[in-house]
Amino acid sequence: MTQRYGLKGWLLALAVLHGIVACAGFFAPYDPAEQDRAHPYLPPMRIRLVDSQGLTHLRPFFHPLHLSDGSFDQYGESTDQAIPLRFFVAGTRYRLLGLVPFRIHLFGAQASRIYLLGSDAYGRDQFSRILYGGQISLLAGLLGAGITLFLGVLIGGIAGFYGGWRDGALMRVAELFVALPWLYLLFALRAFLPLAISPVQAFFLIILVIGAVGWARPARLVRGVVLSAKERDFVRAARGFGATDAYLLRRHVLPETSSVILTQAAILVPQFVVAEMTLSFLGLGVPEPVPTWGNLLASLQQYSVLVSYWWMYVPALAIVPFFLVYLGLASALQQEAGTEKIERTTGGDRW
Amino acid sequence: MVRMAARSTFCRWLGCGLLLAGATVFSRPASGSPPQTGSSEELLTLPGEIGKQGGRLVVSLRAEPKTLNPLTAADAPSREVILGAMQADLIHINRATQLTEPALAKSWKVSADGLQYTLTLRKGVRFSDGETLDADDVLFTFRVCLDENVHATQRDQLIVGGKPIAVRKVDAQTVVFELAKTYGAGERLFDGMAILPRHLLEKPYAEGKLAQTWTLATPANQWAGLGPFRLKEYVAGQKLVLERNPFYWKQDTKGNRLPYVDELVFLFVPNADAQVLRFQSGETDLISRLGSENFSVLSRQEHGFTMSDAGPGLEYNFLFFNLNAPGEKTSPDLARKLKWFREVKFRQAISAAIDRDAIVRLVYQGRGAALWGPVTPGNRRWANPSIPHPARSLDKARGLLKEAGFTWTPGADGESALVDSEGKPVEFSILTSSTNADRTKMATLIQDDLKQLGIRAQVVPMEFRSLIDRVTQTKEYDACVLGLVSFDTDPTADLGVWLSSGGTHLWNPEQAHPATAWEAEIDKLMEQQLAAPKYEPRKKYFDRVQEILAENQAMIFLASPDILAGAKNSLGNFHPAVLEPYVLWNVEQLYFRNPTENAR
Repeated sequence: MTQRYGLKGWLLALAVLHGIVACAGFFAPYDPAEQDRAHPYLPPMRIRLVDSQGLTHLRPFFHPLHLSDGSFDQYGESTDQAIPLRFFVAGTRYRLLGLVPFRIHLFGAQASRIYLLGSDAYGRDQFSRILYGGQISLLAGLLGAGITLFLGVLIGGIAGFYGGWRDGALMRVAELFVALPWLYLLFALRAFLPLAISPVQAFFLIILVIGAVGWARPARLVRGVVLSAKERDFVRAARGFGATDAYLLRRHVLPETSSVILTQAAILVPQFVVAEMTLSFLGLGVPEPVPTWGNLLASLQQYSVLVSYWWMYVPALAIVPFFLVYLGLASALQQEAGTEKIERTTGGDRW
Repeated sequence: MVRMAARSTFCRWLGCGLLLAGATVFSRPASGSPPQTGSSEELLTLPGEIGKQGGRLVVSLRAEPKTLNPLTAADAPSREVILGAMQADLIHINRATQLTEPALAKSWKVSADGLQYTLTLRKGVRFSDGETLDADDVLFTFRVCLDENVHATQRDQLIVGGKPIAVRKVDAQTVVFELAKTYGAGERLFDGMAILPRHLLEKPYAEGKLAQTWTLATPANQWAGLGPFRLKEYVAGQKLVLERNPFYWKQDTKGNRLPYVDELVFLFVPNADAQVLRFQSGETDLISRLGSENFSVLSRQEHGFTMSDAGPGLEYNFLFFNLNAPGEKTSPDLARKLKWFREVKFRQAISAAIDRDAIVRLVYQGRGAALWGPVTPGNRRWANPSIPHPARSLDKARGLLKEAGFTWTPGADGESALVDSEGKPVEFSILTSSTNADRTKMATLIQDDLKQLGIRAQVVPMEFRSLIDRVTQTKEYDACVLGLVSFDTDPTADLGVWLSSGGTHLWNPEQAHPATAWEAEIDKLMEQQLAAPKYEPRKKYFDRVQEILAENQAMIFLASPDILAGAKNSLGNFHPAVLEPYVLWNVEQLYFRNPTENAR
């Protein structure tokens, strides 16, 4: 029973994290592409409750930063100015969940822009960009995993259930895909594509590629499970009663693979998020100014950024909670599956 | 004379880059007693701080030079090494004053019609192996450079008015050069023309093997030059070691023979960031071609470095649109876009909408200059002061677009989109070189500027060679951000950019006939400035060229970066110039204040 709670806990955490990213427009104070050219590489602002005289305020506030004289990226705090943080303020228009037009943001400030996690080379708000960037990166991970698993179940199912030459042929193809140097394949692919592809096209291209390349491993797993499932007594019995292949697959064989598929999904999603980040980092992903986690990290390729602006690393940290939750979920799912198997083989207390 | 400013070496379409400081050569140390400054030698005396002899100067080089043969050197690293440190020319352009000055030729005379140059050689000059230089070496050099079978990179530069320059020996110290047509840039022609040792190269030339001689693997005793340093050792993939030329023909005001340092080492460090790390750790003594970001990183950390900002160089960055005539293979989509691009008001509107100050501030961290024409503030003699420098104005841009027949339609989310007279939205892509972060940044800023006009531009970073292929060969592109570096301040350096027949006439290269009236006028003006022997009339013609360019905005000039360099505090005479080679132009005068510590 403890595992059940564990699973629920992980699922809840997952829902919360994804909810925040999905509603990026609400949580982010600004448009991710909006440039504030007067404030490049501004360090994160400190949110304070206690002012310079030691008085505690109920409403959080911050001191605006100003460029030090003659400098390009050195800022000083204007401690004489305290700008209160405001909640549920009207700001830039956005579409909540991509659908509903909305203007209310969780927080914001008047008189000065608030940079929770600093700004980048163009003075764009790093915090907003991380949230919006998550939308693309996570969606790419989820859709990529979806395509992979769909192909994996389809191909693995056919190979395992029908066996024979079909099995042989499909599994050889799978091995070929496992052996492909897919990163170089992508470089080649990108060279053949039309010059300017829009961010949306680039996005779907990435998903297609990472989805199409990753199907081989889940397919082999599914095939293994199907192979053993189709020899079970109850499956043979059903066949004896005249069940069709489609019925057998749907009712008896594929449900057996569900735990494998769910566990695979929880592992594949973060893996594909990293794949998207790698591609964008190398400039093969979604083009600027659309933020993705990979795009955000791409600026770290420059030595000067690496040593001067620590907040440019923050997007790398953003993925950590997501990975923890996904991997936690995967192990909870595995334990769950393990318990079920034991229950089924021993008869358990279900009967 | 123009180089594509990209990390990758790109063949110079124009041929003659006159890059390097007067190169001279060293004698070999073992050949008897070191030469004394005698009365038979006419040494060139350089003003400047008196240095100390000794030490070893280590600098990094972006790539391994491909050759040590000046005739075949086309890549930037080879040219930097050969012309900067190993060879010398007859007349040299002083990188600091940007004027010509005597080098191997101690004086010269130009005939009244500007067709005849009489050069008198310095007496007693010796190659680095101790052999004496005379007029026959000069004759030999020009003969091989002009020989079609040698395929010398200098050949194009020596064909003036369609005819090769004729060279005639008067006596052992006097050579006459005859040009078929007046050449505006005059004696600047001789800068970078390394004079070769006839005694070593005559045999390979007779055997037809000249182009294959003087590779990096050449033994030091089969190599000789007139530059301040001579070949000592080459370690493949790692470094090239040069030693001082004891026969060098320059001295300081106290009569000490130059150069000061004993050894000059070029380390091959391909990556700009790695070069910074080497410099920071003290492995190299000098760093040049610094980006503004790395410059501020180094300036912030005080490790005993002298960081120097020499001001804007001769690099000009610009946005240009595809102005080629639509061909049979042009897609209807591109053909429609070409119609916008050919509308001068459209280009003027884009120019008015671009925030050049933001480019200078955000791309170059303020270490650069905004540009409205091709002549950068680093070029002291040729800028036309009457070119207007209008501030960014979206209103003006909108007005121009309206006049050109463009309108706006309200789009989703309250933003309005610009549409052409047929109601099609104005969208185009901007190519940039993927290896050049600065230009990609410029394009991203322009993208945002244009968004405010309702134009959707997309930035497409691309590998440099495929980009050049698109621009000059297939011509399938909308717009492009690129930069050029003039090798010299003289307008003749960029002839191939402004002439409509030029290969670097990027917006519509290699035209058989000028496509527009203004391009025809530029062609004529460039010819006229080339044929005029005096500075003043040449300046007038080139001023007009700048006005036509500013009017027509075929190139929308953006910004020019400062030349940034750094050196250890112990290095004396460190005076970066805005002409290449930025810091090694006075390599013979560089010295260490504590030479024993740098002997290593």
